Amino acid sequence: MIAIKIEGLTKKYKDLVAVDNLNLTINEGELFSLLGVNGAGKTTTIKMLSCLTQATSGDAFLLGKSIKSDASEVKSIIAVSPQETAVAPALTVYENLELICGIYGFSKEKSNSKINELISLLSLDSVKKKKASKLSGGYARRLSIAMALISEPRILFLDEPTLGLDVIARSDLWDIINALKGKITIILTTHYMEEAEELSDRIGIMKNGKLLICDTPKAIKSQTNEETIEKAFIKVVKEAEK
Amino acid sequence: MRMLTFAKRNFKEIIRDPLNLCFLFGFPVVLLLLLSAIQANIPVSMFEIEHLSPGIAVFGLAFMSLFSATLISKDRQSSFMHRLYTTPMKPKDFIFGYTIPLIPIAIAEGIATYIFAIILGLEISINIILSLLLLIPIALLYIGIGLLCGSVLNDKQVGGICGALLTNLSAWFSGIWFDLELVGGAFKKISYALPFVHSVEMQRAVISGNYSNVLPHLIWVLAYAIIIIVIAIYLFLRQMKNQ
Repeated sequence: MIAIKIEGLTKKYKDLVAVDNLNLTINEGELFSLLGVNGAGKTTTIKMLSCLTQATSGDAFLLGKSIKSDASEVKSIIAVSPQETAVAPALTVYENLELICGIYGFSKEKSNSKINELISLLSLDSVKKKKASKLSGGYARRLSIAMALISEPRILFLDEPTLGLDVIARSDLWDIINALKGKITIILTTHYMEEAEELSDRIGIMKNGKLLICDTPKAIKSQTNEETIEKAFIKVVKEAEK
Repeated sequence: MRMLTFAKRNFKEIIRDPLNLCFLFGFPVVLLLLLSAIQANIPVSMFEIEHLSPGIAVFGLAFMSLFSATLISKDRQSSFMHRLYTTPMKPKDFIFGYTIPLIPIAIAEGIATYIFAIILGLEISINIILSLLLLIPIALLYIGIGLLCGSVLNDKQVGGICGALLTNLSAWFSGIWFDLELVGGAFKKISYALPFVHSVEMQRAVISGNYSNVLPHLIWVLAYAIIIIVIAIYLFLRQMKNQ
């Protein structure tokens, strides 16, 4: 089943075309990575798909719901873990999760059950009573992802989830993301090529708002005659500059 | 449900900041103590406790603007607000969620001020309860200013505007610290065209049991509160759309 169908999605800011006629289909349960240099249009694409920014033209359908005409229904099936850690600083880990449960209208029993499940899944037990402002970068990012997952989204947007994390924290997050694969549809943006290669079912490479290539990591390497996604990425982007 | 959940979060964010608690409860108490000490040595009718305490209760509410504007501004500049915008939260959940928690905080500030004023000699009467109730429209005025500033300014600008400028304006144009009749002229006219002196005089009227003087001042306060809240809601919704 198709999770996301993007049809001619375009975003213009005055003279700048941030996303240019994007067409893409992502299947349910797939982990799709969007790669690109800064300003390629990845975050703008995610903002449009998550109804944060209105598209200038085109549309996208998330599980059949239009981001233009069914924004509130789209919001009920998605969750976003933004680029920066998006947590309430003075609340504890537990209270942050409780806040999101309340926003989604969960009952007390369901909230407790979901919070304990997520605390266990993301190994947050040792810090659950700690204020979010006192967490290390790795734990704060885990909490941010837990807050995205707690609403039981069918589509999850992870915007640079491991940015600024150390190697161990990044590896731990990879394990968590790998564990989610197949259960929900994940759209990931990242600057780390090895991350995209390790985690993704398919990768899309963007530049200047355009999707240059979209395929499995293996197929992209094969098409570019390169051994790694990093080299393939550089080749695709540089060829587009010519 | 969403609104109350968000209001609960905002309440915790404000009261868990020790600096906020100092401003809320420490500042009015210190002012009462200092000015009462001056009054004890050099009697000035302005600083008699039944005249001074309503003014201090109102002046303390100026910090409501600082608290709400800082919280909104920080949320707006962080990804936390982006996350909330992708949830089913509606604009009214945000606006009431930021407003509701500050009302009990404002009343708590008023209670603390009057308890200390009673210790310093203010007569206990039903007027204190009425005065606390009439702090609510004044609190709404200051919360509205906070919502307005938080919607358009960053947290550093909020510190300057709500922290320094607003508290100074509230002090100069309120008639708490000096008699506006003594200054007179344009200064007095400006003061009476602004809501601060009306807030203080409404509180003084209630505390002294001069109920007939309450309504004219209440109308000024409510008119300003409504206008500012309407502008604040418009600006908040505009920034929400721009996000």
